[in-house]
Amino acid sequence: MRDVAVVGFAQRQMDVFPGSPTMVELLVPLFAECYEQTGWTRSDIDFWCSGSSDYLAGRSFSFVQAVDAIGALPPVNESHVEMDAAWALYEAWVKIQTGEVDTALVYGFGKSSAGLLRRVLALQLDPYTLTPLWPDTVSLAGLQARLGIEAGLWDEKAMAEVVARSLTDAEGREYPIRSGATTAAELLAAPLYADPLRKHDCAPVTDGAAAIVLAAGDKARDVCERPAWITGIAHNVDSLHLGGRELTTSASATRAAAAVGSLDGVEIAELHAPFSHQELILREALGLGADVRISPSGGALTGNPMFSAGLIRIGEAASSIIRGEAGRTLGHATSGPLLQQNLVTVMEA
Amino acid sequence: MGKELAAVIGVGQTHHRAKREDVSMAGLCREAIDRALADAQLTFDDIDAVVVGKAPDLFEGVMMPELYLAEALGAVGKPLLRVHTAGSVGGSTAIVASSLVSAGVHRRVLTVAFEKQSESNAMWALSVPVPFVMPVHAGAGGYFAPHVRSYIRRSGAPTHIGAMVAAKDRQNALKNPYAHLQNPDTTVESVLASQMLWDPIRYDETCPSSDGACALVITDADTARSAAAPAWIHATAMRSEPTTAAERDQVNPLAGRANAAALWKQAGITSPIDEIDAAEIYVPFSWFEPMWLENLGFAEEGSGWKLTEAGETRIDGRIPVNCSGGVLSSNPIGASGMLRFAEAALQVRGMAGEHQVDGARRALGHAYGGGSQFFATWVVGATPPS
Amino acid sequence: MTSPLTAPMRVSFDYTRSVGPVLSKFLTGLRDQRLIGGRLADGRVAVPPPEYDPQTHLALTEFVEVGQTGTVVTWSWVSEPVPGQPLDRPFAYALVLFDGSDTPMLHALDVPSADAVRTGMRVRVRWAEERSGVITDIACLEPADADADVAAQAPATGDGEAVTGIITPVDLHYTYAASSEESTFFRGLAEGRLIGQRCPTCHKVYVPPRGACPVDGVATIEDVELPHTGTVTTFCIVNVPFLGQRIDPPYVSAYVLLDGADIAIQHLILDIPADEVRMGMRVEAVWRPREEWGTTIENINGFRPTGEPDADFASFAQHL
Repeated sequence: MRDVAVVGFAQRQMDVFPGSPTMVELLVPLFAECYEQTGWTRSDIDFWCSGSSDYLAGRSFSFVQAVDAIGALPPVNESHVEMDAAWALYEAWVKIQTGEVDTALVYGFGKSSAGLLRRVLALQLDPYTLTPLWPDTVSLAGLQARLGIEAGLWDEKAMAEVVARSLTDAEGREYPIRSGATTAAELLAAPLYADPLRKHDCAPVTDGAAAIVLAAGDKARDVCERPAWITGIAHNVDSLHLGGRELTTSASATRAAAAVGSLDGVEIAELHAPFSHQELILREALGLGADVRISPSGGALTGNPMFSAGLIRIGEAASSIIRGEAGRTLGHATSGPLLQQNLVTVMEA
Repeated sequence: MGKELAAVIGVGQTHHRAKREDVSMAGLCREAIDRALADAQLTFDDIDAVVVGKAPDLFEGVMMPELYLAEALGAVGKPLLRVHTAGSVGGSTAIVASSLVSAGVHRRVLTVAFEKQSESNAMWALSVPVPFVMPVHAGAGGYFAPHVRSYIRRSGAPTHIGAMVAAKDRQNALKNPYAHLQNPDTTVESVLASQMLWDPIRYDETCPSSDGACALVITDADTARSAAAPAWIHATAMRSEPTTAAERDQVNPLAGRANAAALWKQAGITSPIDEIDAAEIYVPFSWFEPMWLENLGFAEEGSGWKLTEAGETRIDGRIPVNCSGGVLSSNPIGASGMLRFAEAALQVRGMAGEHQVDGARRALGHAYGGGSQFFATWVVGATPPS
Repeated sequence: MTSPLTAPMRVSFDYTRSVGPVLSKFLTGLRDQRLIGGRLADGRVAVPPPEYDPQTHLALTEFVEVGQTGTVVTWSWVSEPVPGQPLDRPFAYALVLFDGSDTPMLHALDVPSADAVRTGMRVRVRWAEERSGVITDIACLEPADADADVAAQAPATGDGEAVTGIITPVDLHYTYAASSEESTFFRGLAEGRLIGQRCPTCHKVYVPPRGACPVDGVATIEDVELPHTGTVTTFCIVNVPFLGQRIDPPYVSAYVLLDGADIAIQHLILDIPADEVRMGMRVEAVWRPREEWGTTIENINGFRPTGEPDADFASFAQHL
């Protein structure tokens, strides 16, 4: 396998992006940041890959206009996944492994606020027996949370502690849209919203975009003092059928982690957990010990831009290496209802 | 390059029809997948990863349907990717699957592309009204028709060329049991007599709207060498450009030319028309045959139509194009690109049945999408690349 | 930079789904007030039946009727229902293990408050009065009282044709926003003006302006007001009706290169028989009455010939 590293990362998160669902206007400054970080221009990027969703934007081919932000004449080597851009990063990593390209810019974007997100996402379910009931994302998460609570796997206090840590970590940071030091006790005083969930247990509806620059070998070393080398990356999927899988664990996250190899020595894990109890599931599924710092960025509970939030977790985990704050980190992304699909990557200085 | 060799050892497709009312979306995909696995003499247990491709989710009204399909596609417990690059998606999905093998990440990858267009209405899904603007072009045909007019003006092609392509592809479809349209009576004259829909495009010069799926099993060299007749992947390429840009050439797009240049270079091909034995080119409207012949470098700019007119794109011609009947005879949009890639593989495997080009050794699979802006191609061969 | 214009946008379609042999059994059962599960290879009964066995990957072939009363495995409270959900007042979603089934199924549970739900409670199906073989043939679930009239719940015997297809409406509402650059164009239209913008890098004039020049990847900035005249570069004659079409065919859809612009806009050609429209024809915008203007391209009905001589092919050949 070739040595491939994250050498650039840029992101934006907000309550409501005031521009078009193509988000071209938001991608232009993100790409500019990536160029500034690497000293590269468009022509130094061998491969482009993005992640986004037509149903989030409410129209077919929503990703097509995003190509404008690249400035794609002369033409570019480019691809797109209808998934969180973490999987676009995976495709780009594979492309670099083929030896056909040495550098890639990966981006994801989504205007979650354009529709009623928790309703739109009901379209991800079985179209014959589930979508016609329009089960919203929050209700589905509530089913999962209660299963764990009543099985004694976690409790509301543990969930509140996840939220308290996330909000406290997010304070003073540039990108989270929710933040503020707080305690589990304070949070538990809030009313239930979707029993057993409180609003703070659910990621906020977030608009945003993110971009990551990947480079192989010396190309990475040339532009980054301390590249975040990807030492393992893998993903895996479970059945969507709610009655057909164990909802209080994440078998696919466990399998992805196993495919990545040992997680020993991971200092920071940025977990993409859109609901508080899902962080508890993921920590268990990935076998992360108490010594692993979880999502110091604030995590998805403080900002969860659809289709880039997973890529942002990888970017945050990489940035802590690039900035010299950690030597080995983990980035995780999830996709689909109730942690159906999971991607794990481990990076090292 | 440290690229691993990759080959297609299993090909499967559905019987494409306007409405496959006998199957669900999962059933449609499985019809193609089960045939591909049987062809490859593998089972789901042998598969390391699954790559799914399809065009806009609005077609079926399911957001990321691969999630609900994961179990039916045998993807549970495995890595699952979903590619969407507009009309080129079937091609780019096959390329992503092949890159998983050529990167050395996996040994046996299953890829499937599908569209169940009868679940909705493609014209609607492609033209959902957007505020402030007015849709005037009326679907894909209306989008491409002005560019066909530009081609005719630029090349000076006689106006019956499109009808020749349509008649040829519909006749070819009669030799392909999977093809959607089976109209034995189609002739140049009957095409010319059909209704003018988007002038200069006539009804018989347009692709149908189909339900269908295509699946491929792509493996590493070790697995392929023990398979009956592998189609070795010699080169793959993808190129994109913006939908609209000042002075963008919409007839002979730069991205298509750049794609072809990269492809031929990788495959070691200097004269495509002499070195390619069969071409499956994404031709949803008949005139795109001569247009893409030029864009791909089979003919000089402005003279692609001469190959068509001289009969050189027939099954016995110098460069047989769309012996399967092509997109003009079957168009499950998300799968249409993969069908081109699959038919190219069948040709070099000698498994194309009645539409087999005698002795085909190297074949092209081509797909394009969006506003003639996304291109995906591959070259496959009967022997490993030298 | 102007603030982006927004407007409501609706994406609505009634999808027609063919269901295949396995789901047909389940949905036909619903129509006939029966709950039909499928037997998995490991012997378990799954409701609804998956189309393919999770282990063997083979299509399910053995079907089993299960009870219409079951036990709540888990639930969540829906305090703010969204459109399309089975109940329009607060309710619970529950995963319920029906008697005789080994996998829980999701549906809505009609109870007055969260206090009235608990895991382990017994619930039963409340059938919809009109049933057609869709999951909403189960109107919802309700608490299974011991003294309920069981006879009323007795399954009907189905002798109708098997359900092979269903219709699932998908009706989504979005707030659409134009980019700031596009908004400049649309606001200009409301004033009867055609405003393009120049790319700061390549200096090409884009109309409508763009959030990113597609060649240079930077926003167009400098406003350029364009005349209302231009040249037809290419066109097609639309003879085909289609769903959602707002103009009656036949009509001419053309690319019009406004004088001074570097990219053509698409619009209709008016006041001339379709078969007389030509590449290179000179045209001018035909505006609706001023009182009908809004921030939309529909302020312009289309373009009509000016009567000037046609432009030379060479003058617009690079715009094809």
